[in-house]
Amino acid sequence: MLKKIFTAAVLGVFALILVNTYGFMGPDQQLNEVATRYAEKGPEEVGAANLVTAVIVTYRGLDTLGEVTILFLTASIIGFFLKTKKEDIQTPVNIRKTSEILETASKIITPMIFLLGVYVFINGHLTPGGGFQGGAIVASGLVLMLLANPLKTVNHKIITVVESLSGFFFVVLGVMGLLLAGGFLDNTFIAPGRFGTLFSAGAIPVIYIFIGLKVGSELSGIVSNMQETQKEEI
Amino acid sequence: MIIKIIALILALAILLMAIIAVYNKKLVVAIVAAGVVSLFASVLYLLLSAPDVAMTEAAIGSGLSTVIFFYVLNKIRKNRKDHA
Repeated sequence: MLKKIFTAAVLGVFALILVNTYGFMGPDQQLNEVATRYAEKGPEEVGAANLVTAVIVTYRGLDTLGEVTILFLTASIIGFFLKTKKEDIQTPVNIRKTSEILETASKIITPMIFLLGVYVFINGHLTPGGGFQGGAIVASGLVLMLLANPLKTVNHKIITVVESLSGFFFVVLGVMGLLLAGGFLDNTFIAPGRFGTLFSAGAIPVIYIFIGLKVGSELSGIVSNMQETQKEEI
Repeated sequence: MIIKIIALILALAILLMAIIAVYNKKLVVAIVAAGVVSLFASVLYLLLSAPDVAMTEAAIGSGLSTVIFFYVLNKIRKNRKDHA
C-alpha cells in the first residue's frame, strides 16, 4: 500500500514537471544562432552537401570520436566477458537446422546488404546516412549471414585488425587537420573539389569510410561474440 | 495533414507495442514487440524528416538489438534447463 502511494507521488511529481515544460516547449519558428551559422557558412567552409554530416564530422568531430571510443569500449567489454574456450567451439553441436529459403536467400541478399552499407558510408557527405548508419547496415548483413549458417564462425582477428587500424587512421586524419589546416579534424587539408560530387568535402569521405569500417567491425564483433555463446554446452 | 494523421497512428501503435512489450508474459512476444516499437519509430523519424536517425534506428534498434536479445534469451533458457 505504502509502495503504491510512493509510486503515485513520484509519477505526480514527474507529471507536474512535464506540465510546466509543455507551455514553452513549442517548435522554434527560426533557427537559433549556432544553427544559422552552420546552415549559412557550412557549404562554403566544409563543402559537404549533407549539412548533418558537416556538423557531425567537422564542427562536432570531437564528439564523434568520443562516441566511437565509447562503442569500442562496449565492444571490448562484451568480448572480454563472453570469451569462450576454444574446445567449446570445436565440439559438435546440434543446432536446429535453418530453413532452405533463408539459407538460399541469404546467399543472394547478404552481399547486397554489405554493398548498401558501403554505399551509405561512402556517400555520407552527399546523401542521408554516414559512418554509423553504414556500419550498422554492414553488421546487420552479418546478422543475416549468421542466422542462415549458425555453425559459421567469424574470424575475430580480421575484425580486430580492421577495427584498430580504422580507429588509428581516424585519429591520424584528425591530427593531420590540426597540422595542415585550421584545427583537429578540420577537413580542408584535402582539396575540397566540386560541391555535390563524390570527390568533394575534403577529408570527410575518407574519415567517414574509416568510421564506417570501425563501427561495422565493432557491431559485427558484438554480434559474433553473442553468436559464439550459442554453440557451447548443448 | 495526411502525414500528421499517419504520424499519430504510428505514435499510437508505438504506445500499444510498448505496452505489449512490458506486460506480455511470453518473453519472445515481448522481444518482438520491442523490435516493432523501434521499426515504427524509425518510420516516424522518416516522416518527421530525420532520415539519418531513421537509418540508425532501423538497423540498430529493430535489427541488431532484437537479434542480440534473442541470443541472450536462448542462452538463459539453456542455462535454466541445465540447472533444473
